[in-house]
Amino acid sequence: MTHTPREKAFWSIAILVVILYALIPVAWITSLSLKSPDQVADGKFFSGFSFENYDQIFSENTFNAALVNSLGIAAIATLISIALASMAAYALARLNFAGKAVILSGALAVAMFPPISIVGSLFDLWRAIGLYDTWPGLILPYMTFTLPLAIYTLSAFFREIPWELEQAAQVDGATPFQAFRKVIVPLAAPGVFTAAILVFIFAWNDFLFANTLTSTTDAQTVPAALAFFSGGSRFTEPIGAISAAAVVVTIPIIIMVLIFQRRIVAGLTAGAVKG
Amino acid sequence: MEATTAQPAATKAPAPKKAKITERARAERKLAYLLCAPALIAMLIVTGYPIGYAVYLSLQKYDLRFPDEKEFVGLSNYSDVLTSSIWWDDVLTTTIITLASVAIELVLGMAIALIMHRAIFGRGPVRAAILIPYGIVTVVAAFAWRYAFDPSAGFVQGTFLLGDDAAPLTERAGSLVVIILTEVWKTTPFMALLLLAGLSLVPDELHEAAKVDGASTVQRFFRITIPLMKPAILVALLFRTLDAFRVFDSAFILTGGANRTETVSILGYNVLINRVNLGLGSAVSVLIFIAVILIAAFFVKVLGTSTAQQRGEV
Repeated sequence: MTHTPREKAFWSIAILVVILYALIPVAWITSLSLKSPDQVADGKFFSGFSFENYDQIFSENTFNAALVNSLGIAAIATLISIALASMAAYALARLNFAGKAVILSGALAVAMFPPISIVGSLFDLWRAIGLYDTWPGLILPYMTFTLPLAIYTLSAFFREIPWELEQAAQVDGATPFQAFRKVIVPLAAPGVFTAAILVFIFAWNDFLFANTLTSTTDAQTVPAALAFFSGGSRFTEPIGAISAAAVVVTIPIIIMVLIFQRRIVAGLTAGAVKG
Repeated sequence: MEATTAQPAATKAPAPKKAKITERARAERKLAYLLCAPALIAMLIVTGYPIGYAVYLSLQKYDLRFPDEKEFVGLSNYSDVLTSSIWWDDVLTTTIITLASVAIELVLGMAIALIMHRAIFGRGPVRAAILIPYGIVTVVAAFAWRYAFDPSAGFVQGTFLLGDDAAPLTERAGSLVVIILTEVWKTTPFMALLLLAGLSLVPDELHEAAKVDGASTVQRFFRITIPLMKPAILVALLFRTLDAFRVFDSAFILTGGANRTETVSILGYNVLINRVNLGLGSAVSVLIFIAVILIAAFFVKVLGTSTAQQRGEV
């Protein structure tokens, strides 16, 4: 197929606009993070490389602790959510039972649920049972609120798996466990992995629960730490340091998104078409 | 229990084959319930129980500064909230942010979806680029835009967009614009991906046939693409509207609710966590919950009639 120069110009401009749209704020906060204090107000997109801000945030216990909390809490919440969702999604995709509608509408209700409606209750309950400002205190709401996303994505993927291969392998002499491990696991892995990425992004992003259910470096995650970061000075906002911290939490997401872009798009659209 | 063991024996003689199938079906059902139970229980414990507890708290006078004065007060917290001008002001602010951001996202998201669907090259880079706003932490996005509009450190000021001494984040209209901009920037990619999924369901043959009949690109878009995508559009609108109505992160970072930009979620947060008035705050929480149910019910109804119509037509 050949295209006229006009068509080519049109699509080039359209694509360029979308890319600029996506990148400008990221470029801006990256540029701020690389500015020394006397360059912060120069309004330029590039003023050289100063790593002062990065040195500062990594020398602070608040930020290092928050980074560990964010990683640990998001990772554990992802593991549990995916484990529970895989079981439910297998049942939804493979088994016949009355009550599918209950699971699906329950998941839909949780997907629409406004978190602000329960933060007060959780705040009160968590303080009463000692979960306030702890890892489990955040892991519980994260794994719950990501279950709908994980269940929808996984059951859409599981429906695509040619399950007959499992029987075929058993006919060929494989034990049920071998058939599961050597045939089904490799087929299901991409879907499980995709759901895990989406769940991790959700947990990593949360601010409301992190803000209300934690108070110290024991469990405070990066978004909550960022919002209350004072950088040692009460009077001037530490723009450079906050920008550096913002860039640090953005890097893992950008790497994941770029490597797994096909999967993420497939995962998001698989869940959507179904719903 | 007795019935389950007795049944196969009773049906054994007339239809042994059928009994075997029921047995298997029963085992399958049991396995399915076992597999679904953990997820269902987790969802019930972490959302169902707390929302019930919130309803209970909303009927109490319960201020953590004076915990001993806790007592049942009926609906008085609700009447306090519903008669305060702050609540209605915040409902208005939230509605403005929701309607404006979802409307802009729909148009922009459709444009991006069409680019990803139809572009003759460069679909990969576009997809990679738009996943960055999707993946980025909302708090980070809000800081990026706050610093972009910062009077001293920002880059927007002094460009053709803004005068030299404009400070949008110090007044209401400007703050609302920046909050909406942040929301739109962050969530348009999600909208675009949902719409892209809908676009890919529109069969190419319909476009070819209409082309042969002399329909223009614009006609084909409004007469073929949009009607066939209606369910996908409504689902995308439902999720984004509910999400936008709960707006918290970006408004919290950009203004903290100053300049009359407080959203209902920020109001709930302030009453619950800053003023530790759990009774009054829970009333706000429950009202937000009811508002979300109403929005969802509205969309589900519209969605139901639209899919029914489509089925009737085809």
